[in-house]
Amino acid sequence: MTTARPAIVVDRLQIGIQGSGLDIVNDLSFSIAPGEVLGLVGESGSGKTTVGLALLGHARRGAEIKGGSVRIGDIDVLELDMAERQRLRGRVISYVPQDPASALNPALRIGTQLREILDTHNYGKNGEERRARVAEMMREVALPDTGRFLHNYPHELSGGQQQRIGLAIAFACRPRVIVLDEPTTGLDVTTQAHVLDTVRDLATAHGVAALYVSHDLAVVGTLASRVAVMYAGRIIELGPAGEMFQASSHPYTQRLIVAIPHLTGGRELVGIAGHAPSPGRRPPGCAFEPRCTFAIPQCREAVPDLRPIAEVHDVRCIRAEEVRLQAPTRSGEIPRDGSVKTLQPVLSLQGVHAGYRRKTVLHEINLDIAPHECLALVGESGSGKTTLARSIAGLHGDRWGIINFNGTPLAKVARTRPREIRRSIQYVFQNPYGSLNPRRTIRQIVSQPLEVFGTVKGDQIDRRVAQMLERVSLTAAYANRFPDQLSGGERQRVAIARALICEPSVLICDEVTSALDVSVQAAIVELLHSLQRDLGLSMLFVTHNLPLVRSIAQRVAVMSNGRIVELGGVAEVLENPKAEYTSRLLSDTPSLELALETAAVS
Amino acid sequence: MAVVSQVITPEVLTTRRPTGALLRSSLRLRRTQIGLGLVLFILAIAIIGPHVAPHSGSDFVGTPNSTSVPGALFGTDHIGQDVWSRFLHGGLTILVLAAASTALGLVLGIVVGLIAAYSRNVVDDILMRLMDVILAFPQIMLALVAIATVGPNPLTIILAVGLTTTPRVARVTRGASQPVVERDFVAAAEAIGVPRFRILLSEIFPNVLSPLLVEASLRLTYAIGLIAALAFLGFTTNPGAADWGLMIQENYIALTVQPWGVVLPVAAIALLTVGTGLVGDGIARAAAGIDRSRGAG
Repeated sequence: MTTARPAIVVDRLQIGIQGSGLDIVNDLSFSIAPGEVLGLVGESGSGKTTVGLALLGHARRGAEIKGGSVRIGDIDVLELDMAERQRLRGRVISYVPQDPASALNPALRIGTQLREILDTHNYGKNGEERRARVAEMMREVALPDTGRFLHNYPHELSGGQQQRIGLAIAFACRPRVIVLDEPTTGLDVTTQAHVLDTVRDLATAHGVAALYVSHDLAVVGTLASRVAVMYAGRIIELGPAGEMFQASSHPYTQRLIVAIPHLTGGRELVGIAGHAPSPGRRPPGCAFEPRCTFAIPQCREAVPDLRPIAEVHDVRCIRAEEVRLQAPTRSGEIPRDGSVKTLQPVLSLQGVHAGYRRKTVLHEINLDIAPHECLALVGESGSGKTTLARSIAGLHGDRWGIINFNGTPLAKVARTRPREIRRSIQYVFQNPYGSLNPRRTIRQIVSQPLEVFGTVKGDQIDRRVAQMLERVSLTAAYANRFPDQLSGGERQRVAIARALICEPSVLICDEVTSALDVSVQAAIVELLHSLQRDLGLSMLFVTHNLPLVRSIAQRVAVMSNGRIVELGGVAEVLENPKAEYTSRLLSDTPSLELALETAAVS
Repeated sequence: MAVVSQVITPEVLTTRRPTGALLRSSLRLRRTQIGLGLVLFILAIAIIGPHVAPHSGSDFVGTPNSTSVPGALFGTDHIGQDVWSRFLHGGLTILVLAAASTALGLVLGIVVGLIAAYSRNVVDDILMRLMDVILAFPQIMLALVAIATVGPNPLTIILAVGLTTTPRVARVTRGASQPVVERDFVAAAEAIGVPRFRILLSEIFPNVLSPLLVEASLRLTYAIGLIAALAFLGFTTNPGAADWGLMIQENYIALTVQPWGVVLPVAAIALLTVGTGLVGDGIARAAAGIDRSRGAG
């Protein structure tokens, strides 16, 4: 925090559901200085996007700004009428949405879209000046400023380029405040690293106050100078980034930090049990109390005030002093079993190629998975890792080469494989919102393999389903529900239960946590890890999240452009990468430790 | 309040079975209520009518085309039969034939559409091109050719109307199934080797029910019109018997002197098709989430 006058001051902002007394966001106050980046962190449903939009004086359908003020300089955004707010947006305060692909108009050339914002706000004196500004903007976001490039349509650009265009449009009129709503969520780490650099450079260079909304603490840690953590519609902790990570004083922040996988030194991830209360179900006292290990009876009495605990560090917890003393320390390395390689591999891939029609996406893959081993398959999107996983599961028929399972070659398509093999190799899908049939109950979904394999009959089925649900930390009561009544984490548990009920020997997990919040991700990884250990499963864990590999796998294969570029023990590969690609991937991965180090230096 | 739930969490949004809820929420719309009322009203006339009619359908009660025959409420038709009695007797055939042919068309169309969408290969192309060939001809023309060739017995009419309805249902089913086929739960079922017909039936079909409900009511509306038209052209199951379509054809020449012989069946067919149309529209609107916050349309 500098002594400079803040560019934007939010005071006691309150946003509720239209026509009801329920609040989505409550008593929210913060300010951002020019050139400063404030990270706003929260999990799904915490209200962070709602806050981001409220800064522009906008409320989503069904929501309503009920009180408080948003001051930019001398203007109170919330006192302006709709037309005046409209004039403000893009000129004084601008917004970068999460998904650039849907935010850009697919029917207009990008040059036209860039000019549009300048024309709308009458930027500069004449067309010539605006044209010059467009070129300047393109240089600022490190894109070519040639007419040819500006002639492209959005779909002709990569995801990273699209998001740069989004940034260019947002910074076009030199606004004083900019709201970035998870702008790098859909991007690869390398692209993300570049976009983050651009954001930071532009904000400092032009003295723009930036609010960076994200669910990813590591990203916020590398980018923001201060961080605000939201939970159930309130800021529960607000302080300098370094302090937040080293001396976090709210139990929720601490739990979030231990839920994040570290790149150096693997740790057991610890998830947070339960889920955040939705508006209308929030308890009268501290909203985190039901999930908190520090909870005492007084916590239930009233919502704690946001109070200072250190210089420019506020926290909303009555036991913050005690909590602060117990700031999370790094827990021990996961014990690794080094003797796995001597056994005959469960799965053995020899010269596997795969493609789509004429295009080959996998080249010459050789890979062994030993019994009881978890092998991580890492790569950026488009590297072919999902195609490889699907080929093994028999869901991608267009492949050649040999995949042996316990010494016998597997047929290309699951349907033509023997029942025993279909049972032994199970697949858990990336998106739990797509992998469970919305029209079937959890019982029907989980018991489906039993019907197919006919191993268990009659009332035994219900018992097995109940057992499996308990195995994945759900209760038998879930059996009668439908998938849309479950949260993302619960759905993924159901998907895992469906795989486990087959008693598989190999479990293929395809980006199983990428659609989930960090605390839920930690809980799922925790579960998979215990399952692998207790049931002696072999696991192929496909992910793009390098730090996560540390917490679950023994060996890692790094993929790039359909080839395995590096294969070895996790510690070996992550600490002494041999392939250039791996080093690049590692250096681009935002990491909490790195955030801590830089914070400590500055 | 659907809009509100969007801002809260998905769990609040849906805590019920989708198809049942769709029907319930469509019933809250005024248009569905009116439509259902009309359909039930005409259904009641067709079913109860034959039992309460003062005369049989073929009794002669007075001079032809007269409006003032004692005991004949709406006068007599072109050969002196009681219009009111013939009207009460004449609804059942058309309803039964329409329902049966729509059901046939739906079953065949859904099967073809599901198979085409799921196969994703040359089978899809062959099936759908075949459907396109049938679609290329107007429905009434194909039905006329079939009936003129084989003769107008009930089975031919049901087959002719049902088979010409099939491609339309198949297209809708295929269109609705295509995105469902690509979803991971289908792949999950494939990975453990669930038989194909089980995948079609218990994984894909339940997810396309909503558009099919709308399509079903639309097809029923068309089938009623088509069968009435066939009867009007003289293709009825039993030429002497009472039938709304036939009644129109028999009496339209005397429309100026004795309008009832035409007005009653026309009104009944119109109300029936408007009714089924409104029900279909109501379901479609409920499925699209239109008007739900207003509670009535």
